[in-house]
Amino acid sequence: MRALTWQGKHDVRVETVPDPRIVNPRDAIIQVTATAICGSDLHLYDAVIPGVQPGDILGHEFMGRVVETGPGSTLKKGQRVVVPFTISCGACFFCAQGQFSACDNSNPVETQEASELLYGHAMSGLFGYSHLTGGYPGGQAEYVRVPFSDVGPIVIPDGIPDEQVLFLSDILPTGWMAAENAQIHPGDSVAVWGCGPVGLFAIQSALLMGAGQVIGIDHHPNRLRLARDLGARTIDYRHSHVLEALMEMTGGIGPDAVIDAVGMESHGFSPDNLLDAAKQKIGIGVDRAHVLRMALMAVRKGGRVSVPGVYGGFADKFPLGALMQKGLQIRTGQTHVQKYTSELLQRIMEGQIDTTFLISHRLSLEEAAEGYRNFHENQNEWTKVVLTPG
Amino acid sequence: MSRQRELVLIAGAAGLSLAAAMLLRRRAEDLRRSDDAPGRTARRLDFGGYRVDGRTVTISASRADIYAQWRDPARLNRIFGGTLSLRQHPGDRFVWTIDATPAPIEVETWLVEDRPGEQLAWRSVDEAEIDVEIKLQLRDAPAARGTEAEAHVAWRPRWGLAGHYAAWMQGTDPGRLCRQALKRLKMLVETGEIATADNERREG
Repeated sequence: MRALTWQGKHDVRVETVPDPRIVNPRDAIIQVTATAICGSDLHLYDAVIPGVQPGDILGHEFMGRVVETGPGSTLKKGQRVVVPFTISCGACFFCAQGQFSACDNSNPVETQEASELLYGHAMSGLFGYSHLTGGYPGGQAEYVRVPFSDVGPIVIPDGIPDEQVLFLSDILPTGWMAAENAQIHPGDSVAVWGCGPVGLFAIQSALLMGAGQVIGIDHHPNRLRLARDLGARTIDYRHSHVLEALMEMTGGIGPDAVIDAVGMESHGFSPDNLLDAAKQKIGIGVDRAHVLRMALMAVRKGGRVSVPGVYGGFADKFPLGALMQKGLQIRTGQTHVQKYTSELLQRIMEGQIDTTFLISHRLSLEEAAEGYRNFHENQNEWTKVVLTPG
Repeated sequence: MSRQRELVLIAGAAGLSLAAAMLLRRRAEDLRRSDDAPGRTARRLDFGGYRVDGRTVTISASRADIYAQWRDPARLNRIFGGTLSLRQHPGDRFVWTIDATPAPIEVETWLVEDRPGEQLAWRSVDEAEIDVEIKLQLRDAPAARGTEAEAHVAWRPRWGLAGHYAAWMQGTDPGRLCRQALKRLKMLVETGEIATADNERREG
């Protein structure tokens, strides 16, 4: 089959690799009909996530048709499914509590020790996202082996176009969980850093959850326009002092909740970010955590901090004083996708949520490397790339 | 400075160092005695000439189920993942084979304790290549979470620290093998399969 493989920093290629087969009883093989490049794929592209190896197949946002099932799968051949990026067994202590992205049993034993060392506990398995999370071949391919296919994939009724539901695999539930983690009360002010796909879906979700005003922060005019189209107010950090602007836009109180939808590759020329960038460049630091620092400073006393943005390692200059003295709450984590897919599919089918507005480019799988390059270099215009195999 | 004064200073420094060492040792012993942490988590490498390692894993299953898995050599070999295998000989004699480099290591053991649903323990025979004791203890987990399965390995590496390091580098040190086995056991019991990222079934 053809698949997009990681070869090194800023070097991804579509290559011919062996087709996947059923390995475990609960597996299914999916023929991919649509797959997307995620903003977090760019962390792999930039080689700032540890544990990626040459030849790894990337991609964790995908959907397709079931072409083969193991004896323990509940799927049927021919069904259309969206596959969550988190691989979850459905049976362990964490899955039983709906904490699917903390699954104890999906990261193979051989790859658990690295994340135990780095994070204190082994992470769950994820598709196409480094060997810290299992080294599972990803979905930017013609076919994917889907473990625990009786737990993860959600069956999509015929008649709904792929593009309307593809993002159930990651960014839509991620934006939704980000807003849920912000514990929004009716009328709240919510600030969202990063108007990329997750940030935009977090804005959409926060408004649906009753926020009085949502303020999107970015520097790409097109992305800020998309945020405004959703009903958000915006701050372009190149033109305005963000902390001052947020205080003024919230009556001197500060946002009730803040959402960091940027993660480990903050932009900008603030001194802390320049230092982080230098450390990242020479390999003694992983995270550029400028946005998280700013979010902690901006949020009101007793406020809530939600972090859907991906971080991978360690950060210094962290405003622990602000966290403690202001009595803040932080909620974060990889998305418990399976917990949200049914409800969000229902909202899509009822027309409450549109997911197609952020797709800027549609390419074939063969053009995936070009998609990566442009999504990386021209983030203003390339907001979301959908790839179609075949 | 006179030679005599030098000797007094040296003797004083040596005495102070010895006293400090004794104090630190006593403090370490006091600390060891004063907490409830498992002995193998003590801040030292050597336990009377043995290395001690292990891991506790909570498995959502009854003690009887987990005990049964460990008494089934075919199941055990599956959870050992190829690096370790076990053969039962007549009686309670078991041979553990570690797939090490440059040659596999065989360790012959006796099953020295067998309390169904509670504990299994193997002890190497006197002439074994590695002096080792392996123990599996099962306890009811709190809050109806199933069973706490604790694997405990005490072993005397060939060539001491260097042998331990070599085994660690190869991924064949008994502590690691036990940790991995317990996690595979958990996967198998809770999900019916052992997670793998391989896109094809591996032979063997």
